[in-house]
Amino acid sequence: MDDTARAEMRELMARYPDSRSALLPMLHLVQSYEGYVTGDGIETCAAELGLTEAEVAAVATFYTMYKRHPMGEYHVGVCTNTLCAVMGGDAIWSRLSEHLGVGHDEVTDDGRISLERVECNAACDYAPVVMVNWEFCDRQSPDSAVALVDALRAGEEVTATRGARICTFKESERVIAGFSDGRAGEGPAAGEPSLRGLRLARENDWAAPPMPPEAREEPEPSAPEPQAASEPEPAPEPVVTAAEETAAESETESGGPEQPSPTRRRRTRTRTTKEDTP
Amino acid sequence: MTTLAPVLSAHWDDADAFTLAGYERTGGYRALRAALQRDPAHLVQLVKDSGLRGRGGAGFPTGMKWGFIPADSGKPTYLVVNADESEPGTCKDIPLMMATPHTLVEGVVISAYAIKAHTAFIYVRGEVLHVIRRLRAAVDEAYEAGYLGRDILGSGYDLDLVVHGGAGAYICGEETALLDSLEGRRGQPRLRPPFPAVAGLYASPTVINNVESIASVPAIVRGGHDWFREMGSEKSPGFTLYSLSGHVANPGQYEAPLGITLRELLDMAGGVREGHELKFWTPGGSSTPILTAEHLDVPLDYEGMANAGSMLGTKALQIFDDTTSVVRTTLRWVEFYKHESCGKCTPCREGNWWLVQILRRLEAGEGSSEDVDTLLDLCDNIAGRSFCALADGTSACVTSAIRYFRSEFEDGTHTPAWELFPYERSAIVPVEQAVSA
Repeated sequence: MDDTARAEMRELMARYPDSRSALLPMLHLVQSYEGYVTGDGIETCAAELGLTEAEVAAVATFYTMYKRHPMGEYHVGVCTNTLCAVMGGDAIWSRLSEHLGVGHDEVTDDGRISLERVECNAACDYAPVVMVNWEFCDRQSPDSAVALVDALRAGEEVTATRGARICTFKESERVIAGFSDGRAGEGPAAGEPSLRGLRLARENDWAAPPMPPEAREEPEPSAPEPQAASEPEPAPEPVVTAAEETAAESETESGGPEQPSPTRRRRTRTRTTKEDTP
Repeated sequence: MTTLAPVLSAHWDDADAFTLAGYERTGGYRALRAALQRDPAHLVQLVKDSGLRGRGGAGFPTGMKWGFIPADSGKPTYLVVNADESEPGTCKDIPLMMATPHTLVEGVVISAYAIKAHTAFIYVRGEVLHVIRRLRAAVDEAYEAGYLGRDILGSGYDLDLVVHGGAGAYICGEETALLDSLEGRRGQPRLRPPFPAVAGLYASPTVINNVESIASVPAIVRGGHDWFREMGSEKSPGFTLYSLSGHVANPGQYEAPLGITLRELLDMAGGVREGHELKFWTPGGSSTPILTAEHLDVPLDYEGMANAGSMLGTKALQIFDDTTSVVRTTLRWVEFYKHESCGKCTPCREGNWWLVQILRRLEAGEGSSEDVDTLLDLCDNIAGRSFCALADGTSACVTSAIRYFRSEFEDGTHTPAWELFPYERSAIVPVEQAVSA
């Protein structure tokens, strides 16, 4: 861990009232430099925080995201918690493990892909879910997951279904540690399942009760109503390389709520305020 | 009939919903301007009067939690947002923070002002890279716009907000374990009392609230408590996010007044997977006892679910149809609890290990005739005998499954679950062959 890394650790420590609170981010930072939590990384954290190495190691070994050996450039997590497992996650796991020739917490010989059985990643309405470097690759199948890892191995640029262009494991750890990579604007605001209730409410003119009049009389921002608010959100980009499989699946999904009709009524609740009325 | 009522999710389909410009255009930060004109005590009373209950699972009244903060402790007060969404099935806070992180940031500033905190934290699980990006970008924008930092909007009020990424531990969703983790330690629950309101983060008075609870505050400030109470019931007022997943035609987020029923939600979501029937479901994640088709008309609110012998939890409605083996699902959930047990309390650490051994036998059709009773006996020795609710979650998941499907567990003495319920039939994506754990 060089001087730059140490300076960045101090920057993290300065963000907290008590510097020890920075230990988790610092360990993520160690992984962004080293690819896993190395002995050197533990020593450096301990030295910066005035802790013993044992105290730091005790923390590092408690949390699943901290790795004890180098991960692949692309760390692939297959959700095999109950719901994803039943929906197809177990089959995805078996296929990927067989295809790559590695098991849980193992890395392919070329160092490109590591595999992990992950727990629920809070995307159950997109099941079965695969994570790559902690980006969402939603609604996968065994075939699409194989296409996904093959593309990553071939060095192709892959975009998450709800997220950014997928960066490397080390780059992702740097963001989690607390340093921006400027990609927050990439990807959609929401995927289609997140919007299903909203779309249905619009189609049926369902809304929360109107807020009382005084809430509507607060000063309004000067910005005009933009187009974006009335345009339907495009469906999230499928993982580019899983094209065939994902295309087939989005057809099965299209039995869902229709895209909102262009003539649908604007919401009548208070947030809509005056700028919406002609 | 109860219909949907999008409030939190009302603008998720705006392409720029996650930016400051997008949020301000739809009324964002107006609640903050109004709140800063008011006395903090007035805001605490407003949230008390609204009846808002914690959306993280326990349903504790949010305003009452705020009211527990001592007036003059001589120590700083902290606000910590629990964004460690990890309960199996739960998937509401992540899309909220992805789509409209500023709703949470605005809620944080108002809530922190109400409890007189000058430092706040969002503890977000580490495994959601893009959500962390969006939160940090929103916080940066809020600082630049003067919604965070020194002398917010000329009010004289100062607040710093830190987005803190976790590192993969379900237990850190438990509020005292979260505090230990945020202090840079292993995430293990603390014995209470003292409660966090008295001795929380850095042994100082601390309020810990779920993302959805805090994100609901700006709407309550703007609409008032009477408006909020127009939705839901006397004891369970307001709107909330219901998350449907599993064997349902259109899984997703459905925001509705509390008290809507699963039958109504399933109708909206296109029903159970075509050609199949509902077998069992969770009202609020794997830690809430499972229910069956006989509970389709029970109001999905705190009282309704308690009366049905379950809990509202996180409103994570996981739907499983008639192809699903309940032995398989129970085993997988208990494997999760075993993996996530922090190891502090013996009944949980050892009990989960033993539960897994027995359930694996039953799944493989190699169980013994005593196994089902042993499972129940073990659960008796796990629930209520540990520091935190993780142990209760395990127990609830096992005992409720046996309550409704005991014979299926007994079949585990002679036939593997994957023969009784071929696993490939449960999959909703094309899978080639039979899969077993």
